[in-house]
Amino acid sequence: MSLRLDRPGLLFAAVGLAGLALPLVQFKANRIVPGEGLSLPAALPMGLLMLLGLGAVLLAGCLRWSSALRLAAAAAGLAAVLLALGGAATSLTPPDDTLARVAPATGFWLLLLAFALMLTDALTRLRPALWLRVVLLVVAVTALAALLGSGLLDGVSVMREYAARQDMFLREAQAHLVLAFGSLGLALLVGLPLGVALYQARALRGPVLSVLNILQTIPSLALFGVMIPIFGWIAANVPGAAQAGVAGIGLFPALVALFLYSLLPVVSNTLTGLAGVNPATREAAIGLGLTRVQLLGWVLVPLALPVLLAAVRIVLVQNIGLAVIAGLIGGGGFGTFVFQGLNQTAMDLVLLGALPTIALALVAGIALDLAAEAANRRAPARQGA
Amino acid sequence: MTGRVLLGAALLVLLAFLARPGSFAPLFDPFTCNNAAAIYTQTPLWSLTLSHLALVGIAVLASTVVALVLAVLVTRPSGREFLPLARTITSVGQTFPPVAVLALAVPIMGFGAGPTLVALFLYGLLPVFENTLAGLTGQPRNVAEAARGMGLTPRQRLWQVDLPLALPVILGGMRLTAVISLGTATIGSTVAARTLGEVIIAGLLSANTAFVLQGGMVVGIIAVLIHAGFQGLERRAAARIGLAR
Repeated sequence: MSLRLDRPGLLFAAVGLAGLALPLVQFKANRIVPGEGLSLPAALPMGLLMLLGLGAVLLAGCLRWSSALRLAAAAAGLAAVLLALGGAATSLTPPDDTLARVAPATGFWLLLLAFALMLTDALTRLRPALWLRVVLLVVAVTALAALLGSGLLDGVSVMREYAARQDMFLREAQAHLVLAFGSLGLALLVGLPLGVALYQARALRGPVLSVLNILQTIPSLALFGVMIPIFGWIAANVPGAAQAGVAGIGLFPALVALFLYSLLPVVSNTLTGLAGVNPATREAAIGLGLTRVQLLGWVLVPLALPVLLAAVRIVLVQNIGLAVIAGLIGGGGFGTFVFQGLNQTAMDLVLLGALPTIALALVAGIALDLAAEAANRRAPARQGA
Repeated sequence: MTGRVLLGAALLVLLAFLARPGSFAPLFDPFTCNNAAAIYTQTPLWSLTLSHLALVGIAVLASTVVALVLAVLVTRPSGREFLPLARTITSVGQTFPPVAVLALAVPIMGFGAGPTLVALFLYGLLPVFENTLAGLTGQPRNVAEAARGMGLTPRQRLWQVDLPLALPVILGGMRLTAVISLGTATIGSTVAARTLGEVIIAGLLSANTAFVLQGGMVVGIIAVLIHAGFQGLERRAAARIGLAR
């Protein structure tokens, strides 16, 4: 094998080496004061050795090895950086000190970025088969869960914040999932029939789509805010509404706001999907004597599935992100931590809200991409439409 | 035609409201309770609107310039190695929630307009980059052949053929970026940036729906106008390259 320079590798090395030079962690006497930055050798007993090891991997990445080797090296690098963070937190925090916090600093984030980029690059070049990518996603999620569950990271500031409010975290996580998936479910329940109806009734398409378009331009903050008085009024004035769980504050207004945002992607993609079915396929199905309902359920919807899955991806990723804003209006979810943290200038608390949101959005996005690809392979009849 | 009239009317209402918010008070009165103020007067609405627009404008311009340069670089022969990676990063990066990006910028930048600007800039890069890439790489093969046959240097081809042909798609990316940024900037007010979000948040904190409505209305109308404006530009750019849309 001839050793040639690899340009993306040079970029990752530059990012990673900058990360090694900058402080890995910040040591703070309590959760609010600004801290003191500590680089890898200062933060860990074996830090210098680790720094040399990580540096060697980054430099080796500048040369062109096989992509599988790079993938393994990047995964090992990621694990090492995470373990270094956990180790630094454990060794820096004095025993019995419940106030001191060891937070990840710029160096940690840059190292994480460098190895994540290296990993992505290797994966992109390897172009693994669909099933292998599913396996890799499952392995990655399991490994992260195992790492978090192992207690190795428990000393890190974010995990300390988590430990202090474990019950609340689980409750808000549940609320976040209910918001994101509940609004998706509602949007599918309403949007799919609406899309099918618009497919049949051409004249209504323009007006309905422009109303949905305008809904999307309302800033999320305002839409969430407007829902509060509307549902407050409904709860107070419509008999039985309050008993049914409708209330001006809490989960309900946020859920409806997210539902309204989700309608446009679902409806417009349903239309696109149905309109994209090969006319010959339609004719053949009609020729076979299928009724309209059968035509829709057996032929059109299955063929439109890839486009529908694309809508589900857009909506789910968007709603996981927007659900953060529910935290601002008392709707719960991870946003609760984000905005509490911003109010208290406790950045670890902000991270406790932001990191799970990002992870959730990433996993949902990747998983649905894989699902859409699988569906695309099974619907070859769309081609030529 | 009716669309244009409606847009013009919306623009007039917006300008009238920003110039003399007080005269709209009767309209917002029904949404207040306990004799609260119907119009936000803490800071003049027009000044909030201007700083909101400035924030979004700077972020969109900056992300457009950087995204264009990056997209051109990764489509040159010397940058091709980065192309697959760049594609993956854009598709993965767009799953990052804008609010989370904003929250993460605070520890690095402190409170104020800074983190909002950074978050809007970073988030705005992706749609423009993705669309520019699509525009630069999705051209029919015979266009490249014709350009080479005419004896254009690579630089001439980029400026005279590739970029003009990609312009409608690039504008589409900018439209997406601008509309998302307008909405996200309102959340910047939670980290003390001066935007129209201030009005909405004041309304949320004092349970004054009138404030929430007027903040949302101003941002919403601006978003619709910008959306339509970009669509007009896109149509014009498409017509210029002989694509009637």
